[in-house]
Amino acid sequence: MNRLFTIVCMVGWFMVSHVDATYAEPYRPTDDTQVLQQLSFKASDPVARELDSLRTNLRGNPRNLESAVKLATRYIEQGRSEGDPRFLGQAQAILSPWWNEPTPPPAALLLRATIRQNAHEFDQALADLDLVLAVEPNNAQAWLTKASILQVQARYDEARRACQRLTRLTASHVLLGCLSDIAGVTGQSVKSRELLRQVLSNTILSGLERIWIATILAETAARTGAIREAEESFAEAFKVGIKDQYLLGAYGDFLLDQRRYQDVMSLLRSETRADGLLLRLALAEQALKLPMFQNHTAELAARFAAGRDRGTTVHVREEARFTLTLQHDAHRALPLAQANWNVQREPADAKILLESALAAKNPPAAQPVLDWMTSNHVEDFHLQQLAKQIQEAPF
Amino acid sequence: MRILLVIVSLVFALPAWAHKPSDSYLSLSVQNNHIEGQWDIALRDLADAIGLDSNGNGQLTWGEVRNKHDEIRAYALSRLALSADQQACTTQLLEQLIDHHTDGTYSVLRFRSDCDAPIERLAVDYQLLFDIDAQHKGLLRLTQGGQTSTAIFSRELTTQEFSITERSRWTESMQFIHEGTWHIWLGFDHVLFLLVLLLPSVLIRVEGHWKAADDFASVCWNVVSIVTAFTMAHSLTLSLATLDIIQLPSRFVESTIAASVVLAGLGNLYPTMMTRRWMVAFGFGLIHGFGFAAVLTDLGLPHDSLLLSLVSFNIGVEIGQLAIVAAFLPLAYLIRRSWSYPRLVLTGGSLAVIAIALIWFTERAFDLQLFPI
Repeated sequence: MNRLFTIVCMVGWFMVSHVDATYAEPYRPTDDTQVLQQLSFKASDPVARELDSLRTNLRGNPRNLESAVKLATRYIEQGRSEGDPRFLGQAQAILSPWWNEPTPPPAALLLRATIRQNAHEFDQALADLDLVLAVEPNNAQAWLTKASILQVQARYDEARRACQRLTRLTASHVLLGCLSDIAGVTGQSVKSRELLRQVLSNTILSGLERIWIATILAETAARTGAIREAEESFAEAFKVGIKDQYLLGAYGDFLLDQRRYQDVMSLLRSETRADGLLLRLALAEQALKLPMFQNHTAELAARFAAGRDRGTTVHVREEARFTLTLQHDAHRALPLAQANWNVQREPADAKILLESALAAKNPPAAQPVLDWMTSNHVEDFHLQQLAKQIQEAPF
Repeated sequence: MRILLVIVSLVFALPAWAHKPSDSYLSLSVQNNHIEGQWDIALRDLADAIGLDSNGNGQLTWGEVRNKHDEIRAYALSRLALSADQQACTTQLLEQLIDHHTDGTYSVLRFRSDCDAPIERLAVDYQLLFDIDAQHKGLLRLTQGGQTSTAIFSRELTTQEFSITERSRWTESMQFIHEGTWHIWLGFDHVLFLLVLLLPSVLIRVEGHWKAADDFASVCWNVVSIVTAFTMAHSLTLSLATLDIIQLPSRFVESTIAASVVLAGLGNLYPTMMTRRWMVAFGFGLIHGFGFAAVLTDLGLPHDSLLLSLVSFNIGVEIGQLAIVAAFLPLAYLIRRSWSYPRLVLTGGSLAVIAIALIWFTERAFDLQLFPI
């Protein structure tokens, strides 16, 4: 009877805990010193001062292209380093005198392409870049941006040609970084790693360039199973001391693949603002069975829902991964992963589609990725394992 | 060197963005000739637009926000124009609160807009932030006569018009019937109370033991008496409370409802305690009526058709109740003779309900959250 009562109570608790949902209501704080919101910078931060002076400049003459481009560029850089898309909207607002012109000046077009690239409007971004290059065929920035978009779309031959146009337009390490990134995915990782190592040891690089090259090297090494070299290259990128959202995400994934969950915790514990980083943190918490896992999963679900409410879909890769790995819903994850694959085709996109197809027991859905792997001789140890599982699976 | 730096930093693979770009959440509820509104605007956006960080330390405190309430009001109201049938409505800010959304803390502005005549076409001109953030969006929820529609404002679409359909008595009363039905279905405490009282209705007590009832007619009579008593009681108090004739504190009402479920369950375990179940149903039905009234008040009663909505809501509650009886009675009647009915269904079911209701009671009476979500 006692045991029965215990069971009854547990059933009761379970039901109550699911029925008694509480909703937060707007409230009036009682304490003037309560901190409500952290801002991007203090008034005294050098970045804030720089942005302030650029803004003041522009306010005097809002149609001055040079000051507008300067400020918009700073905003985009700031958005990138903080992972905050608000800065992109602000950059776009600054460019608004030129944004809807039939033929904006090349400098404005170039930034429009970058903003569209960040919104995953790749074809429109490429069209903008072609307009720039028609007027300024030697614009290195445009060629490099074009190469990186083509690479995301898995149009490797065109991307390689765009990189090659950088010869003599820019320093050799930019050209090498551009080419090696493609080579590392498409079957030439040995050569790619060798070149990148040389760049890192011989060349004087700016901090951001060093992070860029070292991260490419680390990811290429990790894909081919050279764990030690990957670890060293990540360490080299972190040594620069500039916070970079992409680097944190890439290293987080590397650690997750190694099942080094405690290291993920120490790397990302305070990175709860960026969805992609919170996702990796929650994955580590799930593996370690930490209670925070529940809260972080709920938080992520709310954020994806809020993103859908505004009608934009930039986070499909993350949402597919979230749905598959944290919500364990392969049947909802698969269409997301497929939709994402239609837009971007990097190894991470291939991985989530293979994993979803496998979990949903739907091998035909993986076919586009398998084709992509064969035709480009993709070198990636995890992808090859997954492909093998799919081909051998008795569905 | 400067050029190279720009090159790499702009191109390097896309970062993991922190949530979404800037949004504001605007709710408008149209009532005849005025609009009740709530507008949630991110503090970060307000800080960019009008500057809130007075001491420049990179943190916004409630004190800083409160000191800027006048500026926030002036800024926000200058960016939103509501007009009804070409006539501008006058907007008045009622209060400024704080709320949290997935991407940070928001300032909540509650306002009221008065228009000259009953609103037929509502035009919303939304101009918040577009000048400084081209990707900003305004997410509108428009409520009219219980129906909600949504719309999105963007830099490309700053003005939208909505036709406000004449509120029909029929739709309105259908809506209250619907709410009543759903409330009894979703309000677990009412369902459980009723079910617990009905559980023994297919049995009769003979010499201290449960025995299956012989004919359907007597079972039906039993059920009808219980349901009718419950209905009469809660309709009475629901009306009294809605018409503001009697008011009881909600904590007392909610705790007593939970207690009524516990007692009804105990009555099944100790049948001698309760011989006339219809009286129990009537007595506690009075309290359940106050619980229904709270829901009805939350729905926002139209003042010009108070009685209609009250009656409709009550009809809805009855429909929900009848559905429960219709589902329960044939099933219970069929299995009443089985070995498991008195033991598993009656005793086990009553025990489970008691456990749930005890937890409700503790939570409600002592204002605890035993199971934080």
